[in-house]
Amino acid sequence: MEKHIDRRAFLKLAGIGGAVFVSGLGLLQHADGIAAARALYRGNEADGEDFFFVQLSDSHWGFSNPAINPHYGTTLVRAVEAVNHLPQAPDFVVFTGDLTQTTEDGSERRRRMEQFREIAGRLAVKEVRFLAGEHDAALDEGKAFHEFFGPSFYTFKHKGVTFIALDNVSDPEGAVGEGQRRWLAGELAKLSRSAAIIVLTHRPLFDLYPSWDWATADGGQVMELLLPYSNVTVFYGHIHQINHHTTGHINHHSAQSLMWPLPAPGSLPRKIQLPWDTRQPYKGLGFREVAADRRHSRYDLREFPMAEAAK
Amino acid sequence: MRVPHRMVVTVAAMAAAASALAPIRQAFPASTAQVVHITARRFQFSPSVIHLKRSLPVVLEFTTLDRKHGFKSSLLGLHTAISPGQTSRIRLVPNTAGTFTFHCDVFCGSGHEEMEGTIVIE
Repeated sequence: MEKHIDRRAFLKLAGIGGAVFVSGLGLLQHADGIAAARALYRGNEADGEDFFFVQLSDSHWGFSNPAINPHYGTTLVRAVEAVNHLPQAPDFVVFTGDLTQTTEDGSERRRRMEQFREIAGRLAVKEVRFLAGEHDAALDEGKAFHEFFGPSFYTFKHKGVTFIALDNVSDPEGAVGEGQRRWLAGELAKLSRSAAIIVLTHRPLFDLYPSWDWATADGGQVMELLLPYSNVTVFYGHIHQINHHTTGHINHHSAQSLMWPLPAPGSLPRKIQLPWDTRQPYKGLGFREVAADRRHSRYDLREFPMAEAAK
Repeated sequence: MRVPHRMVVTVAAMAAAASALAPIRQAFPASTAQVVHITARRFQFSPSVIHLKRSLPVVLEFTTLDRKHGFKSSLLGLHTAISPGQTSRIRLVPNTAGTFTFHCDVFCGSGHEEMEGTIVIE
């Protein structure tokens, strides 16, 4: 039996409306037939190397403006239910930051984190990983986040891939910082230059649009550490929309939000929360699956619009 | 050594190379410069619209009324932290007419993303 996903068959069969697949090499392809793609993955359950995970981001639990999202109290819940109804459970789920909406009240921050953790705990998966966003961590330098979710930067390995979670939000100036960069250099030094590495973070590690705070203050120094490694892919949140960018050979993929969409970089004079569109509920909100095709060092991204998931 | 209650800090502008629009020329006698005082507080700058004259030396002088903020104009290549108990300064000679946005780049709370303004160079 063929143990690996055949890319051409996958692309031919995969996806219903609007699914986009992105290879680890930056190739973009539109495709049709998500259900069939799922079947392909199910057929590879015995495969010890290929795997997939789900990226959820920017749920902003505690936000409560009905003009922006009248379903602010249930969108995250519905996303969790949608993940639980996937035909095959992902290997793990990662939240890439802004789990909660910021508040100056430390007690309220903890209450929101507790509620968020309870909802995330309903995910029927073996493992859930959390990253902080500036809404979670910038006002107390990550103190409450650490209490509820543990360290804000860490590594873990999964089926041959090294995942590196970076914290570029606990510093309110949006930097990773010298200490964490030193730690990152030490972690990278343990790996071969061809190791499969996935970096998870909240803010973009490149200057996507600094005027809207869509950057990491020392992102250039972080990228200098990563660029010598030939197989690195970055998944992040923060900008509430899908964006694909390449720095040298490193691809960066941002995820949609689960609370409100934001405009394309620089497309409006001001960065504003895009209001709810009653004709297209949940427009611009969603989550994604990332399927790792280890043999071809490729990641196929499957975007799930909340408009579909909420039905 | 006793630290003065109100420490004065002069902050150099970010490298002019950051932007082709950068209007920076920092070397001029301070006495010849116009001084514009800008106050930061959650979640606004006052004034939020700053009018400058092209070729007229200016010192932008920042203080905060509550917590740490930041002033950043990516288009002009200007950046400084604004810390409690300190006065931060950016010295420049605007060379390019136009309207340039700036924002707070230190996350300061629920209204942080609305904390912004414009520099109008005429």
